[in-house]
Amino acid sequence: MRISGSFKIDEDWLFRDIDLTLHPAGWTCLLGPSGVGKTTLLRLLAGLETYGKFEGTIITDDGQPVVGRAAYMAQQDLLMPWLDVLGNVTLGARLRGEKADMARARELIVRVGLDQHIHKHPSELSGGMRQRAALARTLMEDCPFVFLDEPFSALDARTRAEMQELAFELLSYQNVLLVTHDPGEAARVGHKIVILDEAGLQDFPISCAEPLRPSDAANSFKLQTQLLSALRVVPT
Amino acid sequence: MSRAIWMCLSVSFALGMWQAIVTLTGVPHFILPSPMRVAQALVYSRELIAEHAIITFAEVLSGLVIGAVLGAVTALYLMVSATARRLIMPILVFTQAVPVFALAPVLTLWFGYGIWSKVVVTVLIIYFPVASTFLDGLMRTSSGYLDLAQVMRAKPSQTLLRIRIPSALPSFGSGLKLAAVYAPIGAVIGEWVGASGGLGYLMLLANGRAKIDLMFAALITLAVFTIALHAVVSKIEAYIVRWKGESV
Repeated sequence: MRISGSFKIDEDWLFRDIDLTLHPAGWTCLLGPSGVGKTTLLRLLAGLETYGKFEGTIITDDGQPVVGRAAYMAQQDLLMPWLDVLGNVTLGARLRGEKADMARARELIVRVGLDQHIHKHPSELSGGMRQRAALARTLMEDCPFVFLDEPFSALDARTRAEMQELAFELLSYQNVLLVTHDPGEAARVGHKIVILDEAGLQDFPISCAEPLRPSDAANSFKLQTQLLSALRVVPT
Repeated sequence: MSRAIWMCLSVSFALGMWQAIVTLTGVPHFILPSPMRVAQALVYSRELIAEHAIITFAEVLSGLVIGAVLGAVTALYLMVSATARRLIMPILVFTQAVPVFALAPVLTLWFGYGIWSKVVVTVLIIYFPVASTFLDGLMRTSSGYLDLAQVMRAKPSQTLLRIRIPSALPSFGSGLKLAAVYAPIGAVIGEWVGASGGLGYLMLLANGRAKIDLMFAALITLAVFTIALHAVVSKIEAYIVRWKGESV
């Protein structure tokens, strides 16, 4: 999947002449400071409202549109507070007017470790558990494209590391785009890492092993440091 | 101390103040009766009061149900149709600028002296708060939920049914609680303008005959009913939005 082009809001360019090709089967991490258009880029790919004008093209490898084949997960868990975990996981099918596959939903809830909480409402769950439920809902959609917009950034360090591992393990066959501002996160899970800043979009070469990289290994720590240095260069 | 004990203390305090004013000023009972006289009137005229109270309660409850349903349906319709929103909203706001009290005589002319003119006044009073709070809730659905629905290729009807309406229920509940307090006002206004029964009618009648103790007895009956109605509606509201727990 490839997006190339420019984006402006009113007359101001948010980004110009960028060209991003997602890793064909794996996790692409889009890293960058706030306000450079990471989320806008993700929303363009996911077919969501962006409140601006995009001039360019989005093409998928098979030439079919992305719409209808994507799942989305945001920083907010976006769980419906009036539905229990099972109801939230099966929401997609109900919204499409289809019958939900309850057996599969239960299986996914077990896989994200919420089997004890299947009939609880979001207000009864911790932040980490809610994001697990949101992950199960994302998996339930069973889509080739998965768009993750900083889904772990509101979690505490331990829960975040657990969620990264769980999400990486369960979303291993999909085309994942992860928007993040955390170099450590990109260093752990990225098959491909791109940095978007005021100067535009650059691929960041990765020399160490394939993800999931342990957060305490020397080379992933080095990658994280390199990413941080690259982020700290303020383009003139 | 529990809430019930505080409630009793509060009521006793109010009654004590009332009695003190009557005793200290020596005001005649046909100007301000003592709480004791009002209690006596309540007991003595209980059948008369009950007979009129039933009429008023029926007006209030029918007005509340009809007004809430009409308000909810209007809000849903305005939510779905942007054209209707632009066309009808200004009219709705304008009708709110017309005092219902001023309309009551005309409504009595149109709907007669019976129960229906009072039901209509009640409906008019509560219709707008219910419609506007519910519409507000429907329009304020979190954009994140709608993004999610869009990526999931939700049908618009299902988005309305499964996301917009549930997330607007707390607003609808607030509107309903407001309506429960306003509804008796509507019924009594209707009765003042022209009626042959009801607590408002009884109050006017008692006032005209200087039976101020009876008037107060009717007034207290109405107030207690309003508080009870509000409590029942609050219970219903709490049940509708029972999923709204404290966030962890």
